[in-house]
Amino acid sequence: MELTVTLEINEKKHVLTLDSRTTLLDLLREELHLTGTKKGCDHGQCGTCTILLDGKRVNSCLILAASADQKSITTIEGLSSSNSLHPLQKAFISHDALQCGYCTPGQILSAAGFLNEPWERTTEGIKEGMSGNLCRCGAYPNILTAVQEVLENQKLLNPQKASHS
Amino acid sequence: MKIVGRNLLRKEGMKKVSGKAQYIDDFSFPGMIYGRTIRSSIPCGEVAAIEFKFDKKGFTTLDYRDIPGKNVVALIEDDQPCLVEKKVQHQEEPILLLAHPDREKLLQAEVKISYKQETPIFDFEKSPKVFKKILIEKGDLQVGFAESDLILEGEYRTGHQEHLYIETNGVIAIPENGGITIYGSMQCPYYVHKALKVLLNLPDEKVRVIHVETGGAFGGKEEYPSMIACHAALLAVKSGKPVKMIYDRAEDMAATTKRHPGIIRHKTGVRKNGELTAVEIDFLLDGGAYATLSAVVLSRGAIHAAGPYFCENIQITARVVMTNTPPNGAFRGFGAPQTQFAMESQMDRMAEALSLDPVKIREKNVLKKGLTTATGQVMEDDCSALTVLQEAVKRSDYYRKVRTYKGTNKGIGLSLVFHGSGFTGSGEVYLASKAALELTKNGARILVSSTEIGQGTRTMLAQIVAETMGIHYEQVEVQEADTNLVPNSGPTVASRTCMIIGKLLQRCAEEMREKLGKKSPKEYLKKYGPLVITKQYEKPPEIEWDDEHYQGAAYGTYGYECSIAEIEVNPIIYGIRVNRVTTAVDVGKAIHPILAKGQIEGGMVQGLGYALLEQVEMKDGKMTNSQLTNYIIPTTCDTPILDVVLLEKSYRHGPFGAKGLAELPLDGAAPAVVNALRILGHDIRELPAAPERVLESLLSRSNIDQRALSIGR
Repeated sequence: MELTVTLEINEKKHVLTLDSRTTLLDLLREELHLTGTKKGCDHGQCGTCTILLDGKRVNSCLILAASADQKSITTIEGLSSSNSLHPLQKAFISHDALQCGYCTPGQILSAAGFLNEPWERTTEGIKEGMSGNLCRCGAYPNILTAVQEVLENQKLLNPQKASHS
Repeated sequence: MKIVGRNLLRKEGMKKVSGKAQYIDDFSFPGMIYGRTIRSSIPCGEVAAIEFKFDKKGFTTLDYRDIPGKNVVALIEDDQPCLVEKKVQHQEEPILLLAHPDREKLLQAEVKISYKQETPIFDFEKSPKVFKKILIEKGDLQVGFAESDLILEGEYRTGHQEHLYIETNGVIAIPENGGITIYGSMQCPYYVHKALKVLLNLPDEKVRVIHVETGGAFGGKEEYPSMIACHAALLAVKSGKPVKMIYDRAEDMAATTKRHPGIIRHKTGVRKNGELTAVEIDFLLDGGAYATLSAVVLSRGAIHAAGPYFCENIQITARVVMTNTPPNGAFRGFGAPQTQFAMESQMDRMAEALSLDPVKIREKNVLKKGLTTATGQVMEDDCSALTVLQEAVKRSDYYRKVRTYKGTNKGIGLSLVFHGSGFTGSGEVYLASKAALELTKNGARILVSSTEIGQGTRTMLAQIVAETMGIHYEQVEVQEADTNLVPNSGPTVASRTCMIIGKLLQRCAEEMREKLGKKSPKEYLKKYGPLVITKQYEKPPEIEWDDEHYQGAAYGTYGYECSIAEIEVNPIIYGIRVNRVTTAVDVGKAIHPILAKGQIEGGMVQGLGYALLEQVEMKDGKMTNSQLTNYIIPTTCDTPILDVVLLEKSYRHGPFGAKGLAELPLDGAAPAVVNALRILGHDIRELPAAPERVLESLLSRSNIDQRALSIGR
């Protein structure tokens, strides 16, 4: 069945007619050619396809595009503004929090979602909160350092917000 | 040094964090269609009939009769067909290929294959078909056993391990210029090039293979990309269109190569003081249905089987046999993780039997300058087995922890391993690898077929070139590996890229620097025109190897690693938590310390998976847990504190002294963990040390108070 949905993707409105069975992941990659979001398992098991849906992280392979009607989506392509990287992207580069890079967009989007969630700001809390994103290269220690650094800087910039979360 | 040894930004880091790095599934070509493989559903037998249960209109379908050249995936033995003709040797063996522009129609197409079934061989101890045998002999075992105070025997087993690169295998084949172009996720573009020439009966220049950003490989994209490229190429040739083939996760896990399962039997003679007098090892590997790389995996495993220790009397017998299971292949460590797990377990069991300290028994036997390995290779200045051992012991505060963990559910264990850098024996001579450097108006461009698969090839090679030429890192570009543009630098495997290819590039850069003199690249190009310098591997004269008798210098040099694992056993569910691993590793020279550490850390994570979690379940020769919900790999929560100490015992033929490093942690992780379990009374002889095996080890202990156990549960 075909249906029409309206999605705001990376701050741009899209009105799309699509097969009702299309996942958000396939919509992004195959229809909109936003290939920064990667497919690792297509079964919600690896976290590679993580995006933000209304600011919350989801596995885009598990969400039907039809169910995201009127919602806003952020992918890796939309995370940075035109001329500056998101602090997480900067931290991932400077700590070499990646190797093959395939899980990296998902790790970064997942971390972006994590920053807005009420997890303990401890090493264990970050690890638990990031454990849905597999990295077979095992870049976990540097990913942890990168996320920790962004959290630290966030606290410095906005101490009140950090103490709430 | 200004550039080597510094943590510069990874060449492709920006692309990877911004989503701009393009992997194979991100490419699309005009008119492109999709390919699919129809595979066997029996482990052994013959194809009796094939029935297409769909309308073939609009489909490209083909079988072995459409192969223009030889029906093999050319590698070493050329025994593996690209497509089944009649005989099926394993589950998931490719029989037919289909292609269609619509992926849904393609997936719905049903093909019914009936078979005449035969009895498969699954038990590799009973397999009558041997792919390769190796015998390594040193001294006289009988004399060694006669001199010993204790003879200890042991049998150790290891299972399959799946690579689980997060990006599955994939290629795109394009028919063009009367030949074929392949874009793909791979380690070894020239392996694919060779396979396609044989399959399609094409000359060199009609086959072009282009490496694209690769989402993890770990050996899993050493030989397998040749298979999938062959399939896509056949479909492309027949349809006349670009064909994309991307495996889904389940297909990739069930059909592609894995680490070889092994059985390693030890009989060791040792004096009361811990000195080894006789080391007898029998090493058996399950090769799967075809030879593929098994002979070389066996070779590396056998050469490393006695560990980084000296003994006068050694005998290592090794063989790899056929079973009716998907072929096993290259996986980081390449035979050495299996044998060194056994050797390191055996060392701790000997220490236990003799009431010796695990550190002291190793100190007593480690290889040192002037001593010889099992193949009679004389150790040189850069042998650092003792250094890494002592450093890790000190750094981890080992002895204090041994005392404080006593009587608790915490344990600490260590492993000492080595790993030969580069191809085994005369391998590098046969490869005769080339690397080239091209002068550009801003600096230089590296031309090699060594691929970036996450390990930092581009970055590290650019550092070597920039340092040698005396230019900035940013002035060095790295050409993407494309067989039309780069020479054959051999495969990206065997911890060889930095040491072998890095050295070739250093030689290129030295000559370029000399040629430039005081001129800038721009001035030179204007005056003399283009400049490309190519260098080929030259064997250092002292590296002598006898392939027939397995004697001599098996490798130019070795990296060494000591890992100390601190673990905690849950007394109710027997789950094991690794809290910290301290690793001292000699890498010769860390060209880029963060990248080097990243390799050790990442390898350690994979090694901990091998040690504790990863178990391939086979039923009727087929992997039954081919998904991530029941084949479990480590998450960030399973990753302990990893304290990596890089030591630099310079190797004189490596660039700036560098050796190979990235396979070491796969050798050392599992035995360190298992030895920590041993201290807690769990004598584990089979990997992975899953909770049920820990429980079994407890039940089989003779001194256990069964009542206490039942209360504990």
